[in-house]
Parts: sequence; C-alpha cells; structure tokens
Amino acid sequence: MAVETTHMRKFLNEPAKVVKESLAGLAAAHPDLVRYDAAAQIIVRRDAPRKGKVALISGGGSGHEPLHGGFVGLGMLDAACPGEVFTSPVPAQMLAATKAVDGGAGVVHIVKNYTGDVLNFKLAAEDAADEGIKVTSVVIDDDVAVQDSLYTAGRRGVGATVLAEKIAGAAAEGGADLAKVTDIVKRVNDRARSFGVALSSCVPPASGKPIFDLPEGQIELGIGIHGEPGRKRATLGHAAEIVDVMVEAVISDLKPRSGAKVLAFVNGMGGTPLLELYLLYGEVDKKLRAAGVEPARNLVGSYITSLEMAGASLTVLELDEELSKLWDAPVHTPALRWGA
Amino acid sequence: MDAATIATWMHGIDVVMREEKDHLVQLDAAIGDGDHGTNMTRGFEAVVQALDADSSSPPGKLLILAGRTLVGTVGGASGPLWGSALRSGGRVLGDQPTFEDMQLVEVLAAALASVKDLGTASVGDKTMVDALEPAVETLRARLSGGASVADALGDAGDAAEAGMRSTIPLQARKGRASYLGERSIGHQDPGATSTALIIRALQRAVAQAS
Repeated sequence: MAVETTHMRKFLNEPAKVVKESLAGLAAAHPDLVRYDAAAQIIVRRDAPRKGKVALISGGGSGHEPLHGGFVGLGMLDAACPGEVFTSPVPAQMLAATKAVDGGAGVVHIVKNYTGDVLNFKLAAEDAADEGIKVTSVVIDDDVAVQDSLYTAGRRGVGATVLAEKIAGAAAEGGADLAKVTDIVKRVNDRARSFGVALSSCVPPASGKPIFDLPEGQIELGIGIHGEPGRKRATLGHAAEIVDVMVEAVISDLKPRSGAKVLAFVNGMGGTPLLELYLLYGEVDKKLRAAGVEPARNLVGSYITSLEMAGASLTVLELDEELSKLWDAPVHTPALRWGA
Repeated sequence: MDAATIATWMHGIDVVMREEKDHLVQLDAAIGDGDHGTNMTRGFEAVVQALDADSSSPPGKLLILAGRTLVGTVGGASGPLWGSALRSGGRVLGDQPTFEDMQLVEVLAAALASVKDLGTASVGDKTMVDALEPAVETLRARLSGGASVADALGDAGDAAEAGMRSTIPLQARKGRASYLGERSIGHQDPGATSTALIIRALQRAVAQAS
C-alpha cells in the first residue's frame, strides 16, 4: 500500500521506516559494491577496510539520494551515514562507520555545513580519536546564496560535496596519504561555488506536508537542499534568465582566472527531468564561455536532491591539472560510474 | 527532589512533545526544515524507555542517561544540544540521591552553559538560548529572593515563554533559520518553543514531587 495524504503520494510502507527500507534496497541492488549494516544504519564499501588506504566517510540527513549512500564504492566513499529525512545522523553512526573503514591510514570525514551535521560529526570525531583512529574533518560550505558572516551559521554545503567525494576518493584510491586527501577535499571546497533555484517545495514523508507554499508563477532563489525556502522569491522567467542569475551568483563569488578550465555541475533537485537539466546545461555552457572560462568537464543529473523538489543547482569548480586528472580517474559506485 | 522528580520530568516532556509535535513541525517548516517536532518526539520517547528500564540510578545519573539517549537518537542540532545540556546538568549532581532547590539552578545553569558553548549562540540569536537563559536567571533570582521552588519555577516558565515570544521579531543568526536572512523575521523559533515546553514540564514535575 502506498501512503497518500492531501499533499503526498509516495511509495511507502510505514513513513517512519522509509530510510531503513530504502537503504536495504540500495544494498540489495548493489551487493557487489556495498553492504548495509542495519544495526548501525550505515552503508559500507563491500571490501572495507582496505589496508593502508585512507578512508572517506560522509553522511547527513536522508532525502538527498543518491548522496551519500549512492557514492560508496571504488574511487569515492568508503562509508555513508544516513540520518532520518533531512536530519543529521547521530555520532554512533559516524563512529561505527569510521571503525568499519579504517585501514590504518586514517579517515577523512566530509561534513556539509549544517549545524546538526557539524555538531554530530564533531562528537563522533572526538569519540574516534579516543579509540586511537586518526580522523580529519573538512566542512563543505559552497553555497553562495548564504552570506558568510557573523549573522548566519555560514554557507551551506551543497553541490561541491559530490565533487569533493569523487575527487578526494580518487586521490585516496591512488594511495595519497591522510594529509594529502584532506587537502584535496579542502581545495575542492575552496574552488567551488554553488547556487540553487526551486520551482516547487518538497514533502517529507513523516509530516506529509510541503515545507513551503510557492504561489503560481513564483520561484525560490538561493535554496539549500532541505526544502528550506530561499533568500527571496522571483517571478518565473525564461530558463535563460534563471541561468543568468545562477551563473552571475556563482562566478562573481568564485572569481575564476580568465581562461580557467572549470567543471560545471548542473544538478537536479529530484523533480526536474533530464530534458530540462540538459536545456539548463546548454545555457550554462554558453554563459560560462561568455564569462571567459572554459567548461572542460561537466556533470549533469540529479545527484544531491531534495526529495521530489522541482529545481536545479549550479556548481562551478575551478580546475587544475591534478583535480582534472582525479575527476577523470575510474569510479564505480551505485550512482556514479566511469572507467571501471 | 530525587530520581523520581527527574523521571517524572522526562515523562512529562515526552507527553508534551507528542501533544505539540505538529505545532513544532509547523514552526520549523516556516524557517527550518520541518523536522523539529518529529526529532524531539523520537528523542524523548527513547529517553522514557531508557529511564523506565533503570529503577536504581540517582538523579544525576538519570540526567546523564537521558542526555546520552538524546545524542544517540535525535540527530539534527537539537540532539547534541539537549543531549549535552542534560549530561552537563547531570554531572552537577554526581551520585547524590536527592538535591536541593539551589542545586536545581546549578543543573540548569550547567545545561545552559553547555548549549551556549556547543552551539556558540547568545541571547538574541533566535535560538533555544532565548528561552533557556531567562528561565535559568529567573529561577536563580527568585530562589535567592526566598521564593518557594514551585513559585520560582512558575516564574521561570513565564520567563521562558516570554523569551520564546521574543524570538518572533528577531532575525536568526544561528542554525538553519539563519540561511533565510530577513525572511526569518516574524516567526517564532521552534527550538525556543520546545525549550519553554521543557521548562513547564519541569515545573509540573517538581510540583508533583512536593
């Protein structure tokens, strides 16, 4: 039986079990890549721990699939810690994941900048250190829609998280040490900026109600990934006009070198089809070239989502030779695969 | 006051969180992500289960158990914040089987200190601190002035609710609501709201004990 309310029509058995049942399904679909530890509620790379390899873990609220469980596997994450929908996981999950993947070379925690994620990962890192595991933490905060000031919790971690997991995962797979892998995560975060736009809200299964109402003809500019409203509303215009806003917001903050090679990541929020995402990418490609940078790599698809929200985000990462090479390196995870 | 006071308090929080769950979800949906009521309900359900299985621990240890349970079940920001708060409060009482009025102030003051430390929030940031700090200060002032603990807690509950309402015109500077900038103005903070409920539950638990 599916579950239906006035606002919600979803495939559920019991709303409270949606995360656990989805994780079990992920593991059933990809037994060659991952296993699901139901007691600890973590997704672990099948062959973990790998002796001598730096391990990467990430985690956060669920509802952003395929992030993070879909990125566990060769050349990316060693474990993912999914919390309840839009709620950070608890320290016991991160500690269990850290212990499950530590191959003696240390563990990097990739943390999106949300108060809950940061606090729970902080407690977990302290616990891991108490158990003698070397842990470094990098907080991802690439969302230019949030003013980074004393008056906010700082910029949110959004699209750059996917890029950091891929690129640093390749470095770890290639044998880089803990300091190097940590540095790569930081570099990706330093050189990436994102901006998101919503055409609809989304409906968390536990409440069955949309998080916000968006009147007809309106869009939210500067959204995060939790269905939270953006900084302001605007009238829905042509895609080209919306892309103008996104590219301007990202490029004016990133300030890439003239002629820089960049990775352009057009991400769907869950309810926007590839038909539209490629349309957006076409506009983004043109506008980036007009702005004097070269989109040398790209990623188009729904990789860090907000349930069924219609919308998209743009992440631009300024590349160098090393980051490009790591991006091109083989990856084999449930949601991202090339070269392997 | 003793272990039964703490157990009654935690049971009272569990009941009121369930009653107010939808309200907290609504408040959080306006300026956050709509999970505060669900998270607090899940956390205090687990606390009550843990406490029901423990009939022998002194009050300080029960608070530490409650705090540990919240850290282990809630997630989000409220899990670590209330978890650390109750653990810090519990440590004040050590192993003593009973505690006096002024020690209750010290328990809450330690809880407040750990919330402010972990969350780096101050009064006026539109967070739970806006309800908790005036409650602690009022309780201390009224008890020092010779009021009964029942009266002092009644005033502390009023102060927490006043603090909760004072968050409405504020622009959030911490937590997820801060991402909204000026759009957070005009909404009551869900964390301050659940905090006021927790202080009221303490008032009822202590009234029941005396």
